[in-house]
Amino acid sequence: MSGRFAEGAFRPAPGRAPLGSMLLAQTRAETRLVLRHPEQLLLNLLIPMALLVGLSLLPLLSLPEPRVDSVAPRILALAVMSSAFTGQAISLGFDRRYGVIKRLAATALPRWLLVVGRVAAALIVVAAQLVVLGVLALLLGWQPAASGLVAAVVLVVLGTLAFGALGVLLGGALRAEVVLALANVVWFVLLLAGGIIVPLDQLPAGLSAVVSWLPSGALAQGLQSALAAGGWPGWHPVAVLAAWGAAAGLLASRTTKLA
Amino acid sequence: MDPRADSAALDVSGLVKRFGSTTAVDGLDLRVARGTVFALLGPNGAGKTTTVEICEGFQRPDSGTVRVLGLDPVADSARLRPRIGVMPQGGGAYPGLRAQEMLELAASYAASPLGVDWLLHELGLWDARRTIFKRLSGGQQQRLSLACALVGRPELVFLDEPTAGMDPQARRLVWELIGALRADGVTVLLTTHLMDEAEQLADRVMIIDSGRVLTEGSPNELTSRDASCRTLTFRSRAGLSLELLSGALPESCTAVEPSPGNYLVEGEIDPQVVSTVTSWCAQQGVLADELRVGRRGLEDVFLELTGRELRS
Repeated sequence: MSGRFAEGAFRPAPGRAPLGSMLLAQTRAETRLVLRHPEQLLLNLLIPMALLVGLSLLPLLSLPEPRVDSVAPRILALAVMSSAFTGQAISLGFDRRYGVIKRLAATALPRWLLVVGRVAAALIVVAAQLVVLGVLALLLGWQPAASGLVAAVVLVVLGTLAFGALGVLLGGALRAEVVLALANVVWFVLLLAGGIIVPLDQLPAGLSAVVSWLPSGALAQGLQSALAAGGWPGWHPVAVLAAWGAAAGLLASRTTKLA
Repeated sequence: MDPRADSAALDVSGLVKRFGSTTAVDGLDLRVARGTVFALLGPNGAGKTTTVEICEGFQRPDSGTVRVLGLDPVADSARLRPRIGVMPQGGGAYPGLRAQEMLELAASYAASPLGVDWLLHELGLWDARRTIFKRLSGGQQQRLSLACALVGRPELVFLDEPTAGMDPQARRLVWELIGALRADGVTVLLTTHLMDEAEQLADRVMIIDSGRVLTEGSPNELTSRDASCRTLTFRSRAGLSLELLSGALPESCTAVEPSPGNYLVEGEIDPQVVSTVTSWCAQQGVLADELRVGRRGLEDVFLELTGRELRS
């Protein structure tokens, strides 16, 4: 059998590419996948934008004026939750379905780099979301406290990691359809009752105590405190997000299946 | 002389793998010489994929030793993986990446990859290069998966049912490609259901069932072990009574109807046996269509060893 392929075309020359170029390629591919996906765009941007405008302009809840100062930080928390948790879980569920995780696990790409590439892509997507939503909020008259910006960035990074770990925990263990359903249900429940649409202090007392220990409540409350009042929001939101992230990450590293 | 030349590309001994109470692989020994093509055959559930996945480092053996290019696939995984290419069963790619993007990604892991454009052209994927993976046809997905396994210029490739779901043209292409890999010194371990694939491509064939080796050898060795044994096959009306025929045939021959309307006589087929079969057909008032006398093929050996009954 010969003819079609030149002699030596497949002569072995194995070897691994430099780590930096692998990380770059992996991050680019993962980011591109999120940005390309229409459902992700809806979840990550269109719904948060609609809520930001709606809650800021319509008297749906009793909020202090200017309403956008109370709404914007919670919408930023929603954006983090949407992409890092729901988007991540669903895409991982379907990536596993299509066997890509297994395929990548058999290449020269180290497994930790696969995770780092995904985290880097998640942070890039969150940054893009926050820029779009931030500009929209500014147009609506938002005046964030400059003294809270550093704290807000720390909270957003921690929130992305915590929600991302939870997303991997869910998307890495169950069937793609189950992941799809659960990730959306959890998103919806946290949206309504997790401190996103309704601020923590307007929830019933018992519920608000519980919600302040959830990642959604901690992130929303932390961002609101940092961006409305300014300064450092205290240890509580940071500790809650770190604990959720660590617990979910540890558990996910044991339960995540390749396919 | 290359110091590695005498070491096998793949050396497995006493491999055992259990899942709960079922034993998927039961004391399997397997040795694949460098630069050869080795075909692992067996019915569904025989333990082919489990064996391959253990060699790839996806699963840990319960006992036995596995050396792939001299390395332990689990403990030395990081050193081994750049040197092998894996085509998992049913492909494997990001569902939302375009064919070209997926292959470029796979190429980006390798120090000196094959040309992405060249591979896309050679595998007939150029026109589909901008189509996302989940919209490719089954055969195109398989070809892309094969391209991803080869793009890093591996020394050893594992191909788990590489031609499943491919049309005859694509299958021929893959056969040619495997021939070219072999000519360039790449070792190939493939699993397949297709006997002609194994017969055409493989230097050595191993038939396994229930996790055990049934037989091993070159395709020629396996089919000519019993040189006097030939087959006579023909098609006719289903359900003819074989009692009379069996009585008229010499004792060395057996007559069966493996599937409705397909008849098989095996043994020392001489002109007299052919005559006996045709006169029996005349008695039954039927015509023997596609009457053919042949040597035993790999498929006959396979069916003989693994049984003719359909398994659930």
